[in-house]
Amino acid sequence: MTVESLYPRLEPLLAQVQKPIQYVGGELNSQVKPWDSVAVHWALMYPDAYEVGVPNQGLMILYEVLNERPDALAERTYAVWPDLAGLMREAGVGQFTVDAHRPVRDFDLLGVSFATELGYTNLLEALDLAGVPLHAVDRDESHPVVVAGGHAAFNPEPVSDFVDCAVLGDGEQVVGDITDVVAAWKSQGRPGGRVELLARLSRVEGVYVPRFYAVTYAADGTIAEVLRTRDDVPPRVSKRTVMDLDEWPYPKQPLVPLAESVHERMSVEIFRGCTRGCRFCQAGMITRPVRERTITGIGSMVDAGLKATGYEEVGLLSLSSADHSEIGQLAKELADRYEGTNTGLSLPSTRVDAFNVTLANELSRNGRRSGLTFAPEGGSERIRRVINKTVSKEDLVRTVTTAYANGWRQVKLYFMCGLPTETDEDVLEIAELAVEVIRAGREASGSKDIRCTVSIGGFVPKPHTPFQWASQASAETIDHRLKVLREAINADRRIGRSIGLRYHDGKPGVIEGLLSRGDRRVGRVIERVWRDGGHFDGWSEHFSYDRWATAAAEELAPFGVDLAWYTTRERTEHEVLPWDHLDSGLDKEWLWDDWQDAISEDEVGDCRWTGCYDCGVCPTMGTEIQIGPTGRSLIPLAVVGARPQVDVHADAAVADPVHTH
Amino acid sequence: MARTPDGPPPPPTVQKLRLRYTKRGPLRFASHRDLARALERALRRAQVPMAFSAGFSPHPKISYMGAAPTGAASEAEYFEIGLSARCDPEKVRAALDASLPPGIDVLECVEAVEGSGSLADRLDATRWRIDLPGVDTGELAAAVQELLSREVVTVAKRTKNGLRDIDAREAVVGAEVTEEAGCAILTVVVRQLTPTVRPDDVMAALAVVADLRPPLPARAVREAQGRLDDSGEVADPLGPDRTMRSSLQEESTPV
Repeated sequence: MTVESLYPRLEPLLAQVQKPIQYVGGELNSQVKPWDSVAVHWALMYPDAYEVGVPNQGLMILYEVLNERPDALAERTYAVWPDLAGLMREAGVGQFTVDAHRPVRDFDLLGVSFATELGYTNLLEALDLAGVPLHAVDRDESHPVVVAGGHAAFNPEPVSDFVDCAVLGDGEQVVGDITDVVAAWKSQGRPGGRVELLARLSRVEGVYVPRFYAVTYAADGTIAEVLRTRDDVPPRVSKRTVMDLDEWPYPKQPLVPLAESVHERMSVEIFRGCTRGCRFCQAGMITRPVRERTITGIGSMVDAGLKATGYEEVGLLSLSSADHSEIGQLAKELADRYEGTNTGLSLPSTRVDAFNVTLANELSRNGRRSGLTFAPEGGSERIRRVINKTVSKEDLVRTVTTAYANGWRQVKLYFMCGLPTETDEDVLEIAELAVEVIRAGREASGSKDIRCTVSIGGFVPKPHTPFQWASQASAETIDHRLKVLREAINADRRIGRSIGLRYHDGKPGVIEGLLSRGDRRVGRVIERVWRDGGHFDGWSEHFSYDRWATAAAEELAPFGVDLAWYTTRERTEHEVLPWDHLDSGLDKEWLWDDWQDAISEDEVGDCRWTGCYDCGVCPTMGTEIQIGPTGRSLIPLAVVGARPQVDVHADAAVADPVHTH
Repeated sequence: MARTPDGPPPPPTVQKLRLRYTKRGPLRFASHRDLARALERALRRAQVPMAFSAGFSPHPKISYMGAAPTGAASEAEYFEIGLSARCDPEKVRAALDASLPPGIDVLECVEAVEGSGSLADRLDATRWRIDLPGVDTGELAAAVQELLSREVVTVAKRTKNGLRDIDAREAVVGAEVTEEAGCAILTVVVRQLTPTVRPDDVMAALAVVADLRPPLPARAVREAQGRLDDSGEVADPLGPDRTMRSSLQEESTPV
């Protein structure tokens, strides 16, 4: 079957829409393979606008891994803005890939990466535009298999009506396994139709096929049990974990769009996983154990990526980059290597720690020191013990003051409100802290030209975390706490004018909470919202709380549950949670104990340094911590002109991560 | 105390190059900001020794001029770069062309000759070719005749300050109607005034004077950009640099 490009029919429409460049593809390092040259065709979707989706690392990695296979091709598709979607419906042009503008409808698989639950309505819009039935049970052999991935896929129950499978954990290897299964099934003449294909996929480790599991409910609305409906599918589905990250140095050829995106830089993931144990953090819980790239592996990726892209900035990504075992040396040696080349280096996420200021100074050695970001998350020492992100007020003020003293003009502090056990007093301490930081900072820097921006959002409890049982604060509580905080910050104008407050009201968090900890019954709410015109829920100008609240009230009423039941209700220890049959490796008893420790303000250490505390992941998954130091260093590159000339790619070959446990 | 960058100031500009490039195919949908980003990254990949401004956030020395609007294709976009080391213009052209996506093709690169004046001053008119599928050639010719016979044709133009009335007639220097493969083609030479009269504005003017409303979107290509010569033609803006360069070379050739 040859598939025609939709571009000739799309092009006249593009002249009539905003930012048409986002729909034409042709990004540097993108690729188009002939349709008939491969057995398996993947469309990869990031369910948000192109400018948000195109820099996504996960999608970029899978795109490259799949396209390297001789028997597969992968193309990308993104959420289409309403202006173009309307024209496409009028002209009968379906959802298309940006690479070769092929119809998504004609691919074998549609992989969708859910970084957040707020992309669910955009999946429905894309399926509808593509001409693919919304409900998985209505699809036949001619339709793509819809595969959900990403962190939100650890509870895919709210979208289980719409996806055929969900993949748990790292995607690099499992996409290959899925490709093998689809290729074999196609070459055998599609035996058993779609159901047989899904049954085969359900036997791939990490792949969950919701239709083979039946959920029953108790009279009180909770889940009675989740049972498989076939003997040949696993009773629980386990996540996938990629070990030895140096062997997976993707993306090797990062995509560089012509259009502006939300991240105008190249990213290198320096490690995956985090065991700091912050109790609110789903990413830190579901991506264990920590697996580091070696210093030399990172050096090779930075060098190859800069050559392949021409970017002028590299972000060293991870959940807590300063925790890399070789970070000090890495920062120094990268700064040495790129000195005088107008190449910027940055660490995006930072704990409150004096060492982070040292690192940031090193990376900005000869560049502008504009802004530095710290994430204390909790306003008071007490609440920071509850969330297990302990830092004393004195240390916090000292760290931020050091930053000002070192020439940083603006410090951003990230907080959450609505955390379990939180009171107004915990949040009001944020104001005290900000005032103190500005006072001390003005003194230390000798300048009034310093700023502190407090950025604060409502906490949303997530599955597979110790807070999965917690009551989510209501929108009214969040809005009240933000109000008293705002008043406290503005109390003294002489200080307050140096403090900025950025916040979102509490309502969107309630909907995120519904989708995060929802079960299959929530699928009707999502579908209703989409039918009522809802999409782009991550965008305040498109998000409508009232539309969601109305849909939830009406669609959930027949089940005897409501929005509050899913959000502000605290769960009991033995309640069957919608995601209990999906295994992140974390022991549910350990999670419960950690939840109890949170309430009694007891801290837990980091297993990299204080020993194993039996969270359960390594033994359950057969994995282990992979960290350095390796004792290696980066070979200085001969720098000619504005760019490094020596390809150090060869030293990746000697990279062998040191394993410790 | 305010920090200042350590070390010596960045090396000065020792050579200026003037380049002509295209915006073809799907890349006609790129905006001037998209193109600027693409060019800057391509210059880095091609390892062109750019001169940078001083300070904490050094910028490569690049001047963009007269960008064609988003959605319009172009065979004649121009920009100027400052280099910190002398380079062979043809080698820079080839290296840059190779590192840009297909559709942004670098066609020419000449060294700016000192005293030859600014390039921006030489870009005061554009020759547009506007393909109008579905429009009758005779009807188009009549509409163009009507437009040229007017003194002033007011059209509403969308600017960042909202809709604004402008005269689309004054800027039009000349227009010609032809037909290729059954498609009516309007070739129009437009002077670059402020606010700029773009192909959209010319089409709006044709709608005003003759109610010409194409059934399909018009496709515009900037064929040439430069100074208007006495015959109403658009002259090559890189011409003066070429002429002065070759006469300089003749002077310096030992007899």
